[in-house]
Amino acid sequence: MSDPARESETEAKARRGRNIALALGLFLFVVLIFVVTIVRLRENAIPAF
Amino acid sequence: MAMATAPSDTHAPARWQDFLQLLKPRVMSLVVFTGATGLVAADHPINPILAVVAILCIAVGAGASGALNMWYDADIDAKMRRTRGRPVPAGRVQGPDAAGLGVVLSLFSVMLMGMALNWLAAGLLAFTIVFYAVVYTMWLKRSTAQNIVIGGLAGALPPVIGWAAATGTAPLNAWLLCAIIFMWTPPHFWALSLYTTEDYARVGVPMMPVVRGAASTRRQILAYTAILVPLGIAPAFTGLGGLAYLAVSGLGGLMFLLLAVRLYRSHAGESPDPRTTDGLYDVKAGAKDARNLFAFSILYVTLLFATLLVEHVAGLPALHLL
Repeated sequence: MSDPARESETEAKARRGRNIALALGLFLFVVLIFVVTIVRLRENAIPAF
Repeated sequence: MAMATAPSDTHAPARWQDFLQLLKPRVMSLVVFTGATGLVAADHPINPILAVVAILCIAVGAGASGALNMWYDADIDAKMRRTRGRPVPAGRVQGPDAAGLGVVLSLFSVMLMGMALNWLAAGLLAFTIVFYAVVYTMWLKRSTAQNIVIGGLAGALPPVIGWAAATGTAPLNAWLLCAIIFMWTPPHFWALSLYTTEDYARVGVPMMPVVRGAASTRRQILAYTAILVPLGIAPAFTGLGGLAYLAVSGLGGLMFLLLAVRLYRSHAGESPDPRTTDGLYDVKAGAKDARNLFAFSILYVTLLFATLLVEHVAGLPALHLL
C-alpha cells in the first residue's frame, strides 16, 4: 500500500513545474524593474547619459 | 502567493499552465491588441521599452481580472458546459489561490504602470480591474440583464489606458475608441448568448435572452448595431483614421448591419421546433444567423483596430472630414 503522505511522481512533476515558473516570473520581474529604472533615469535624472 | 494543489486523491495537481489559464489568455490578447492600438494611435513619442512595459501592465491587469472572475464565478462555471473545465471548478486550482494570484497581479500591474509610465494610466487600469472584478463579476452579472452592457466598459477601456500611458492624457479620440468597443460588446455577446441560452438559464445568470426573450434580444442587437456602425466610422472624421480606415469601417459596418438585420428577421434563440430538429448535429432554427454575427463581430473589431494600428505605424495621413 502506498504512503498517502508521500508525493506521487505526477504531483512532484507538477510542483517542480510551478516552482520553475515562479522562479522565472520573479527573475523577469527583477530584470523588468532594473530596465525600467535605467530608462527612467536616462529620461529624467541624467539627460546627458 | 501560495500555490497549493487540490487534494491529490480527487483531482490532478495544479500545473503552471493552470495558473496561466486563470489569466484568460484569449481575452488578454484582445485587450493587448486594443491597448496597443490606443498607445500607437496617440502619435506621441514614447520610449519603446516603456511602451512594451505599458502593454505588459495592461495584459497583466486583464489577466488579474480574469483570475478574480474565475475565483468568484467558480460555482456557476462548474454548471456550464463551456466553463466547467476551468481550473477552479475542475478542482485543479483552489479558489483562494486564484484570488491571491488576481490580487497580487492587480497590485503589480497598477504599481508598475504608475511608476514606469504615469498615474493617470495606472488609475485607469486600477479602475478597469475593480470595475470588471467587483462591479461586473460580483454585482451586475448575477443581478441584471444589462450586465454585459454596463460591464462592457471594462473591456472598452484598454485603448484609453494605452493612450494615457503614451501621453498622460485621455482626449476625446481615446474615448471614441472606448465607445466603439462599448457599443460593440452587446451585439457581440448577445449573438453568442442566443445559442448558449440553456447554459445561462440553468445557472440563473440573467442574460438578455433568458430574461427578455430571444425576440427582444434580436431587436436590441439591431439597435446597438445601428449606433455602432456610425461610431465605427467616426474616427475618419475626427483626425484619427485615414482613407483605409474609412473604407474598412464603412464596408465592415455595412456587413455588420446586414448580418444584424438577418439575425433580427431570424428565429435565433427560440425553442427548436421538434418537427424540424431530430438529429444531434442539427443546427437550431436561426442559430446560424447568430453564429454568423458573432463570428463577424470579432472580425469587424479586429479589422477596425488593425487598420488604425497599421495607418499610424506606417505614418499614413489621417482624414479630417469634420
